[in-house]
Amino acid sequence: MDISMIENILFAMVRTGTPLLLVALGAMMSERSGVLNLGQEGMILVGAACGFIAAYASGNLGLGVVAAVAAGAAVSLIFAFIALTLISNQVATGLALTIFGTGLSAFLGAGYVGQTVTGFNTVAIPYLSDIPLIGTALFAQDLLVYLSFILFAAVFVVMRYTRLGLIIRAVGENPEVAHALGYKVLLVRYCAVMFGGAMAGLAGAYLSLAYTPMWSEGIAAGRGWIALALVVFASWRTERILLGAWLFGFASILHLLLQGYGYEISPNLLAMLPYVVTIIVLVMMMYRQKNQGLFAPRSLGQPYHPLK
Amino acid sequence: MTLLTRKTFLRVLGLASASLLTLSANLFAAPLKVGFVYVSPIGDAGWTYQHDEARKIVQKEFGDKIETTFVESVAEGADAERVIRNMATRGYDLIFTTSFGYMNPTIKVAKMFPKVKFEHATGYKTAANVGIYQARDYEGRFLAGMVAGAMSKKEVIGYVGAFPIPEVIRGINSFMLGAQAVNPNVKMKVVWVNTWHDPAKEREAAESLVLQGADVLTMHTDSAAVIQAAEAKGIYSVGFNSDMSAYGPKTHLTSSTQHWESIYSAKIKAVLDGTWKSESIWHGLKENVVALSPMNPVVPKEVVAKVDAYKAEMVAGTRAVYQGPIYDQAGALKVAEGKALSDEELHQQNWYVKGIDGKIPQ
Repeated sequence: MDISMIENILFAMVRTGTPLLLVALGAMMSERSGVLNLGQEGMILVGAACGFIAAYASGNLGLGVVAAVAAGAAVSLIFAFIALTLISNQVATGLALTIFGTGLSAFLGAGYVGQTVTGFNTVAIPYLSDIPLIGTALFAQDLLVYLSFILFAAVFVVMRYTRLGLIIRAVGENPEVAHALGYKVLLVRYCAVMFGGAMAGLAGAYLSLAYTPMWSEGIAAGRGWIALALVVFASWRTERILLGAWLFGFASILHLLLQGYGYEISPNLLAMLPYVVTIIVLVMMMYRQKNQGLFAPRSLGQPYHPLK
Repeated sequence: MTLLTRKTFLRVLGLASASLLTLSANLFAAPLKVGFVYVSPIGDAGWTYQHDEARKIVQKEFGDKIETTFVESVAEGADAERVIRNMATRGYDLIFTTSFGYMNPTIKVAKMFPKVKFEHATGYKTAANVGIYQARDYEGRFLAGMVAGAMSKKEVIGYVGAFPIPEVIRGINSFMLGAQAVNPNVKMKVVWVNTWHDPAKEREAAESLVLQGADVLTMHTDSAAVIQAAEAKGIYSVGFNSDMSAYGPKTHLTSSTQHWESIYSAKIKAVLDGTWKSESIWHGLKENVVALSPMNPVVPKEVVAKVDAYKAEMVAGTRAVYQGPIYDQAGALKVAEGKALSDEELHQQNWYVKGIDGKIPQ
């Protein structure tokens, strides 16, 4: 186990964890405002398809990313309208959104399978990327990974230190009181949901324009669901989402790496590894914080009737 | 005198038109309805894509005589049974089910519809109205392996496998035998991803193989992510199912491709002629069901010549992929000199040839 091997593992860990990080940040924001959006997988796929189509048609990767973000936000707008304005069951609407997004992305992307674009290349930051051990992992990634760092920092600061974060959390804990105080509950929730959609779209763009620059049906491969679990795993706290995303990414690639190095562990056991690690950490956390209970926003998933 | 009532008149009219219709239906033969059931989306750019390309070719070939339809992304199991039964009920005369996991649903539905003919790909159960067909993709793998063995300077090949089933292991062994035919010292490392289709995971697997020192990559999964990963690292790769050169313009060497049109054409013709019977066919290079895609110009001429020579021998029948002597990992002689593995033994492969690192997961 030499330095370069550890560096490679950390590099792969950050890269694998990036889509999870992006989606989980968006889902957390929407859940903190009280809306449970289970449609992450559908939004990722629509973002990936639209981003790829835009980048392929225009030859411009930046345009692809913008298209992906817009597509993700647009699809989440549909969810927001049905779940918030029409006050339908959020869980059912979210699941319907997943199915819709999966089908829509396949439909849109049908003519683009087998095509490829030149994806994002890694951009090494001089000097910083030479730091041993963590240099390549943190400072020799591609632009979208750097964007995920910036977004993480932004979400962290907003949720913890700004008035906006306080408002979002208030709306999520007790929308009636927030409404009585004069905050526009529906507007806050709409914006939070659309932010979630935009992040999912960005994660989709990362998958289809950077990670594996191609469009293929189902390219998300369940990452939307993993991200939703990550939000719970992180107790809706931003810093823990980063930890969870990278930890899960690490566990996902560990089994591939171990196979490559000749360790004779059954690949089925190794494939279980990320989920087992998640459960172990969850149990450890619950054990240590028995008195504090779960940190779910109190009004999560509950319909809010603004007429009261 | 009986009155010609409206009721009687309508009845006679109805009878007349019905008999006229059936008469005309027999005079103008209705097109043969052929159905295709696919396990993954046509957009997988691999397995199902090739099947659908073949469907399009036969539709053009037979024109008005046949009417084809397909259902894609049909999950193996209860869903498959429902889709196949639905097709049979709707009057489809010939149904192709293109995945191993459709075997039991096909047999089950075939019992209910003895007049409908079924063809199941890559299975092993037949019935009076069920035939099976497969491609000897291992022959293509062997030739592609030769190219890989010639181009690997570090003499380590990396293979990304989906599931450790005999079909995949056969592909691995064939590729290795091909590589060893050119360079007996070549080694191989295998990484299993436990999925047919997850581009990101396939890419990570490819990268971990590169960390191990592999300098030619190939895979038995459905996407071209491994080809892309190899191109990004500047090392060679060999594709599978369809021509994947678009994903690795500089480093893609060749792909082992499968073409189903000759089988589909023959089967449809047999049904139209009334000569269809249930049989088990396994076609390969000779029947053009398996082929190699155009080679990257960077491959030296001597290698191309050797591959062509071996291909000609395999088509003529003077060379088999699994002709002796072949040793397994433990050094035991699996195939004696002068002998070759039978089709039965090929179907049940669960051992690695010598030179492959690692064990087959159980």
